[in-house]
Amino acid sequence: MLPIEFAGWAGLAPVYVLVATALVLFAVDSIDPRKTNRTLLAGTATAGSLVALAVAVWFLLAGVGTPQVDGGFGVIELHEGQLVVDQLALFFMVVIATVTSLVSVASYDYMEGHTYQAEYYSLTLLAATGMATMAASNSLVTIFIALELTSLPSYALVAILKDNRGSIEAGLKYFLIGALSSAIFVYGISLVYGATGFLQLEAIANNLESGYGPLLGLGILMLLGGFAFKTASVPVHFWAPEAYEGAPAPIAAFLSSASKAAGFVIAFRVFTTAFPLETTTAVIGIDWSVLFTVLAIATMTIGNFAAATQENVKRMLAYSSVGHAGYALIGLAGLGAGVNDVVMGAALMHLFVYGFMNTGAFLFVGLAEYWGVGRTFEDYNGLSAKAPVACAAMTVFMFSLAGIPPFGGFFSKYFLFTASIDAGMFAVAAALVINSALSLYYYSRLIKALWIEEPIGERDALSQPLGLYAAIVFAAVMTVVVLPGFGPVADVAVDAAAAIVA
Amino acid sequence: MMIELLIGVALLGALVTFVAPNRIAGKLAFAISLVPAALSVYMFTAFDGSGNALLADGGVIAFESSTEWIRLGEYTISWFVGLDGISLPLVVLTTVLITLAIVSSWTPIDDRESQFYGLLLFIEANLIGVFTALDFFLWFIFWEAVLIPMYLLIGIWGGPRRKYAAIKFFVYTNVASLVMFGAFVTLVFSLDVTTFALPAITTAMLETGPQAEIFGLGGTSLASAVFLAMFLGFAVKVPIVPFHTWLPDAHVEAPTPASVLLAGVLLKMGTYALLRFNFTMFPEEVISAFAVPIAAIAAISVIYGALLALAQTDLKRVVAYSSVSSMGYVILGLVAFTQFGVGGATFQMVSHGLVSGLMFMAVGVIYNATHTRMLTDMSGLADKMPLAVGVLIAGSFAYMGLPLMSGFAAEYFIFFGSFGSEFLEYAPLITAVAMFGIVIVAGYLLFALQRAVFGPYLLETDYEIGRAPLHDIAPMFVLLAIIIALGVAPELIFDMITDAVDPILENGGEW
Repeated sequence: MLPIEFAGWAGLAPVYVLVATALVLFAVDSIDPRKTNRTLLAGTATAGSLVALAVAVWFLLAGVGTPQVDGGFGVIELHEGQLVVDQLALFFMVVIATVTSLVSVASYDYMEGHTYQAEYYSLTLLAATGMATMAASNSLVTIFIALELTSLPSYALVAILKDNRGSIEAGLKYFLIGALSSAIFVYGISLVYGATGFLQLEAIANNLESGYGPLLGLGILMLLGGFAFKTASVPVHFWAPEAYEGAPAPIAAFLSSASKAAGFVIAFRVFTTAFPLETTTAVIGIDWSVLFTVLAIATMTIGNFAAATQENVKRMLAYSSVGHAGYALIGLAGLGAGVNDVVMGAALMHLFVYGFMNTGAFLFVGLAEYWGVGRTFEDYNGLSAKAPVACAAMTVFMFSLAGIPPFGGFFSKYFLFTASIDAGMFAVAAALVINSALSLYYYSRLIKALWIEEPIGERDALSQPLGLYAAIVFAAVMTVVVLPGFGPVADVAVDAAAAIVA
Repeated sequence: MMIELLIGVALLGALVTFVAPNRIAGKLAFAISLVPAALSVYMFTAFDGSGNALLADGGVIAFESSTEWIRLGEYTISWFVGLDGISLPLVVLTTVLITLAIVSSWTPIDDRESQFYGLLLFIEANLIGVFTALDFFLWFIFWEAVLIPMYLLIGIWGGPRRKYAAIKFFVYTNVASLVMFGAFVTLVFSLDVTTFALPAITTAMLETGPQAEIFGLGGTSLASAVFLAMFLGFAVKVPIVPFHTWLPDAHVEAPTPASVLLAGVLLKMGTYALLRFNFTMFPEEVISAFAVPIAAIAAISVIYGALLALAQTDLKRVVAYSSVSSMGYVILGLVAFTQFGVGGATFQMVSHGLVSGLMFMAVGVIYNATHTRMLTDMSGLADKMPLAVGVLIAGSFAYMGLPLMSGFAAEYFIFFGSFGSEFLEYAPLITAVAMFGIVIVAGYLLFALQRAVFGPYLLETDYEIGRAPLHDIAPMFVLLAIIIALGVAPELIFDMITDAVDPILENGGEW
């Protein structure tokens, strides 16, 4: 018996759980503001996000939001289609809730000794609420509100280490660029509204032909700018290394995995639902999938080349996350070639696997910061002698990010590759292969540092913080386990993609 | 379920060993590795397969098991494993060599033991996977997964130039894998199949050939291009001249147990894949177009590898280069495309695995005691370490192909098969050239032995060189026993090999 059989709004249960957890955290803190019970706060945040995860997984597997034509429950539309709950929304809620719970567990150790603990966890949960809402948003208004609900807590989270100049600087940069791109995004919304007279995505699609082409084209371009910011894609990617480097490592993990995924879900939804390729091309005279092809190639190339030149591990990971945004953009670039569900499904799979491997990698950096070993590749030399388990996990993340078998990243990259071949995008496929080969250079450089290089100085025994270790090991196990379990993941991802590109 | 059990035990054992305390890791890994070894020996006795696993020849795949895994678009990927007469001996070779390699590590490995033995068991799981997988994707995952632990084994526990050797090994073999992977996936997309199962692909390839055009190539020209790309990919792994330069570096820097596995099993991955893919899946007309060049390269590998070995002063390098030479024989046997040629090549894979493993162990034991591998430093070791030196001499004779040892049977089969081959043009000439390699092999091995083990004892050390401990010597005697057993009675495995090889030769493939 599913709750949605009583009321449609129950379909958003994962979002309610996240927001309720955030409010509970505020309440806990207001009972005795002078005392900080780390265990209680981190435990509540983790439990809340795990419940949200469980509900989302349950709904996803039970078939909530599958189209009625296939004998499913039907896509749930709320408030006249302002919000929808379909398989795509649930798929991304799973990714977001997973990352949130990993980050909450890891923060237990990382935030030890810092002030504003309750605020930290409740802001994280509020941002997660915004991201989950983004996944379900089906109108430019709800998208914008959800986007701001994600962004505002994120700015504060990046700058939360108030005694750390890097953290403050990162927060300021992130805020300035974020505010600018929000402004551009909202201006784009107003132009689209001016051209079509609607904000709800299906309604926009139905009224595209009556719209004034140049106005609409400019609006779409500005919306694209907003997505590029949220997903850290070229040309608005440069904030990512600055913000991630200064931010607390769990927050960098959170932003680079969950926030990026949320950015992709609205990009996928807006461009497939509101601006169907053929009609839009007829009205504005430009095929936007070409634009995404260029962006995909540029993003993966710039991200990977920049990552290859970094000395700081966190910056390397930041640029690598830019590169991975380029891989996921293939999902939009490949539309219109007749294999839409497979192309976008491959992008969804990549974002799913990425949620584990990238979060894990950033959390390892968090662990290194917790130990205080330093930030560069050289500082990581020989860590494996003292902490073999964590280093083995990091090795899994690195090889998986590079797309080497036998890890999850291999399959998602392979499917992106075949999908782009199927879609006839040989340039994209070639860029994917070349960039993956290049990325192996800097990922394996870190592995070499961890395992093969000799440490620069003598190092004391390293502690084993329980929360960070648990999160890292769990992410590593999932990165490996996703391989035998890739069948269901692929099915769900392709079905979810088919629902919006059909 | 037997194969799943084999792989599962090794994987689980790897995890347990990885987190076990250092002081018990070696014994623990040995105990765990006995399970797959015993299981594979049981499978050897209970083997009920017939024919070739890839060909629809009415045969039976032994211990077959298959489950659908991933479906994307129209293609299906499965967990599909099974054994035939070609793969079973290699699986037994793997499990036995791993167990012996673990024992031979007890003396030289004294740092981060749990990680070392964990990686050895991890490599075992993947090697078994390579030899049993019958789905291309599954096979490729195992194939690639072998690289990571070997990279770390060389990189962490290797000699002075370990970083360079590890990176070189990793880059060479990875680039080769990429070439091969791209080529094979291209081929699958051009065929009339919706699965990555190797038997289905083989059937489609032999019966109809490529149906679609890719990059403007179709039919025979596409098949030829793929054949060439895959051959180059596997050639690096084998390795064949001129792609062999990673091998001596990797061997010399690798710790002894890693060398044993590298020469004993990892090189066989390349020749096994050549046999499974290039020489089984492609129709005769495609293979025959490349036969003479490949045979010529094989002969060059034999002679050039042997000459390089002759020029070395480092005992480990001598053995390393001789592998290049021995792998040349395997390629020659494959390309001869006769029962004795292909069967002998497969026999040589097993035989060389045993013999080279033995040689590297013997060199390792000598190095443990003397801390040098340079022939110029050593002399008269026979008096100090009679058992180790005895094994080294026995191994050398096996290498030279002394009758009643497995090396003799292997080389005899290959030469017998290739000399009279009607498939290969200029077969007698090429075989004659390659046979000359035996002379050089005998030359460099006897030369090395004469300098290192006989004559007056000259090595100056500030400690007394004593006899090697029993657990260093015992694995070598086990190997020696198997070598002699296979030399006296090659039919122990040769019958099952020919049973799996014959269908390849009959299945010409007419498009």
